[in-house]
Amino acid sequence: MKLVTAVIKPFKLDDVKDALKAAGVAGITVTEVRGFGRQGGHTETYRGAEYKIDFVPKVSLSVVVADESVDSVVDTIVSAAATGKIGDGKIWVTDVDRLVRIRTGEEGADAI
Amino acid sequence: MRNRALRIISGLGGVVAILAITPSVGFAQDYVPTAQDYLNNIWVFIAGVLVFFMQAGFALVEAGLTRAKNVVNIFAKNLADAIVGILAFFAVGFAFAFGGDGWFIGTEGFFLDGLDLAAIPEGGLSPATTFFFQAVFAATAVTIASGAMAERTKFSAYLIFSAVMCAVIYPIVVHWTWGGGLIADIQWSVGTDADGAEVFAQFSDFAGSGIVHMTGGIAALMGAFFLGPRIGRYDENGKPRAIPGHNIPFATLGVFILWVGWFGFNPGSELLADEFVSTIAVNTMLAAAAGGFVTAVTIWLVAGKPDLAMIGNGVLAGLVAITAPCGAVTPIWSVVIGGIAGVLVVFSVLFFDKIKIDDPVGAVSVHGVCGAWGLISVGLFARYDDAFLGREDAGLIYGGGFDQLGVQALMLLIIGAWVTATTAALFFILKKTIGLRVTAEEEIEGLDLLEHGLQGYASDMAASR
Repeated sequence: MKLVTAVIKPFKLDDVKDALKAAGVAGITVTEVRGFGRQGGHTETYRGAEYKIDFVPKVSLSVVVADESVDSVVDTIVSAAATGKIGDGKIWVTDVDRLVRIRTGEEGADAI
Repeated sequence: MRNRALRIISGLGGVVAILAITPSVGFAQDYVPTAQDYLNNIWVFIAGVLVFFMQAGFALVEAGLTRAKNVVNIFAKNLADAIVGILAFFAVGFAFAFGGDGWFIGTEGFFLDGLDLAAIPEGGLSPATTFFFQAVFAATAVTIASGAMAERTKFSAYLIFSAVMCAVIYPIVVHWTWGGGLIADIQWSVGTDADGAEVFAQFSDFAGSGIVHMTGGIAALMGAFFLGPRIGRYDENGKPRAIPGHNIPFATLGVFILWVGWFGFNPGSELLADEFVSTIAVNTMLAAAAGGFVTAVTIWLVAGKPDLAMIGNGVLAGLVAITAPCGAVTPIWSVVIGGIAGVLVVFSVLFFDKIKIDDPVGAVSVHGVCGAWGLISVGLFARYDDAFLGREDAGLIYGGGFDQLGVQALMLLIIGAWVTATTAALFFILKKTIGLRVTAEEEIEGLDLLEHGLQGYASDMAASR
């Protein structure tokens, strides 16, 4: 099992969710996050004085998937989240040692 | 000519008259009020309710333009202003303001003692109506400083300031003006009218651009000066850094509430239910819109974006400026007065930023600078007699000469000197004794938890069993 974590542009969340659901993913966890990458921050003015926004709003989504579906899930996210402009985000994949469904106690692939 | 002088005297100064005339209850039976008299009192009461609701507007503007970690403290200060202000004005403030005709201070009617509260004089207001209306004005004057002193003031020190402001400093300004003291005594002859009667130049501040707003604005300036800027407001080179407010919808809603409240503040100051209530409301409405519009254009040109927080200040700037001239000018000049306030407020905010007066909400610029502008504008644009002027065409552009401008400037200087001296002394003493500012640690952590033990936006997970 793998954990796929993607940090994407907030307005792309709906597209990614729909694409993942269509690809058969059963559940997604979403967090509102802030950060910077190559896009960096930007400068704004408030009441005539400047201030810098270093951390721009992004959405982080986590999906646990079976080993064999990792590549297709990652590809699905990439194609749904891409705009081609700087700041589209990143995806990374990590191993999952153990997975439990709390309601039933099922473990491993059964719990996905 | 609008002969309202008599009415103002029977309304405001009437408290004094009633005190003098009625050693015992029974005065009310001497005059049976007419339906018009009741209407006058009910209207002024309702206007007072609108003015009181401005407290909510101030609270929201200040909370919206500051950080989430201090939101409890902002609301606490605003509520305290209403609570402490009303009690202080009841105990001594009202008597200092209206209790007698000494040049410096009133001395009768402490705790409303000796007043026949329900007695409505002919064409005037009962002492109860007058007190109610004046008390909500006092609460307005004191709450102005709260925003300028936001995010770093010790709550205990603020409470003392609030009490002294409502008990002494503001009531004495009122006594000197609406109460018939020092500034009201400044009059000089400017010739005779058509009937040969002598006409005098005398102060005019219809609803209190100077008496209420400039007074509050100067207190705000002194507070911000003695406190010093918030941590992080200036970088190591002394360049201003913005500390954005945490809730612009709050701030904007607050502006709308204040705008509505001003329809009590200005038209209610007519102190009568007559045909001029609506003309004053029109002037008030126009100046606010003009202030907002011109500020939007100005900040767009200066900073590149139509900053909503600044546009809200522009609306308030227009309202503050029209508060003095609203009964004396035509609609077109109301637009001009509000519009000029809309320019003034932007450059004033930038100026105070530059000289390191950290005023998170722009209270000094909105109420102090535009309050002073409102006073001066009477001398320039006054056309109608608003009951204080005593003559038509008193403004410079209507051929009234420099006399009115002179009285207005004198009034500005006297109020300015008094409020500057007294509030500076008060803040200095507070700073040297109990301390005016919270510790750096508390300021960084936020005043909510350390001053009040509360979070403004506690999460459901924050408390456990």
